[in-house]
Amino acid sequence: MSAPLTHYLILSALLFCIGFAGAVGRRSAILVLIGIELMLNAANLNFIAFWRYGPHPEALTGVMFVLFSIAIAAAEAAVGLALVIATYRQRRTTRMDQLDTLKG
Amino acid sequence: MRNEIAFYLVAAFTVAFAIAAMTLRDLVHCALCAAGAFAGLAMLYLQLDAEFVGFAQLLVYVGAIAVLILFAVLLTRGDEVRPGRAAPARSWWMGAGAAALVLAAIAAPILLSPSLEGGAPGAASAPVRRIGEELMTRYVLPLELVGVLLTGALLGAVVIAMREEPRTEDKAGGIPPRFTPTPGNPANPR
Repeated sequence: MSAPLTHYLILSALLFCIGFAGAVGRRSAILVLIGIELMLNAANLNFIAFWRYGPHPEALTGVMFVLFSIAIAAAEAAVGLALVIATYRQRRTTRMDQLDTLKG
Repeated sequence: MRNEIAFYLVAAFTVAFAIAAMTLRDLVHCALCAAGAFAGLAMLYLQLDAEFVGFAQLLVYVGAIAVLILFAVLLTRGDEVRPGRAAPARSWWMGAGAAALVLAAIAAPILLSPSLEGGAPGAASAPVRRIGEELMTRYVLPLELVGVLLTGALLGAVVIAMREEPRTEDKAGGIPPRFTPTPGNPANPR
């Protein structure tokens, strides 16, 4: 017998919060992106766990959602990292606390 | 029992790599640890009988996104945290505190909810053939949209990251200056 559903959900919550802490607390733009990816992955784990333990696993809804989510995450990562590189070229930094041109 | 032990091992592996990815100093180490966390998640998907998703995760995240992050790290070298600074920044503690609050807010309902109790999973599987059939029938429109999105994202990423050439009009002086010059400014011919 595998682990109960709540353990998967707690693990997912832990991963989400680790990613959240990184996305909010770290200064490097690339680490913020990694944190966002971790949060997205935690949500995907929730989808798969609920699909597996749900009453209708034959409907494949959770699996489909996660597949599309992975594809969109790939697009997001590509554009995000391109933005980081463009910013670096312009300002010579990727540290979030130095990108404060729009700060009032 | 055996599956449960495997779950806890993989869960500990994933969480450890995720924490390392968010706390280590060197960005290259962070990127590699993030790849480890993504691989751990792929193992969890495999344990949950979602083989196709597990391998897609492995291909896309460990194969593509981790390499992309590594490239971005290496292309933006030179603005790392100086090695002398030891104390973590204040924003880091604020982020950790906010994350702990979020964790409490998520974990409390999970642990208290009676409807999540028990629930032994039945025999479930997601064979690749069924996934393919569903993608070609019921989910064909989202599939096409994702194709368009990926193409757009690819082109957008290239355009954003492309090195900007200096504009020829600026060099030739063909467009008027952006700001009204002072009367005594000889730089403006008009």
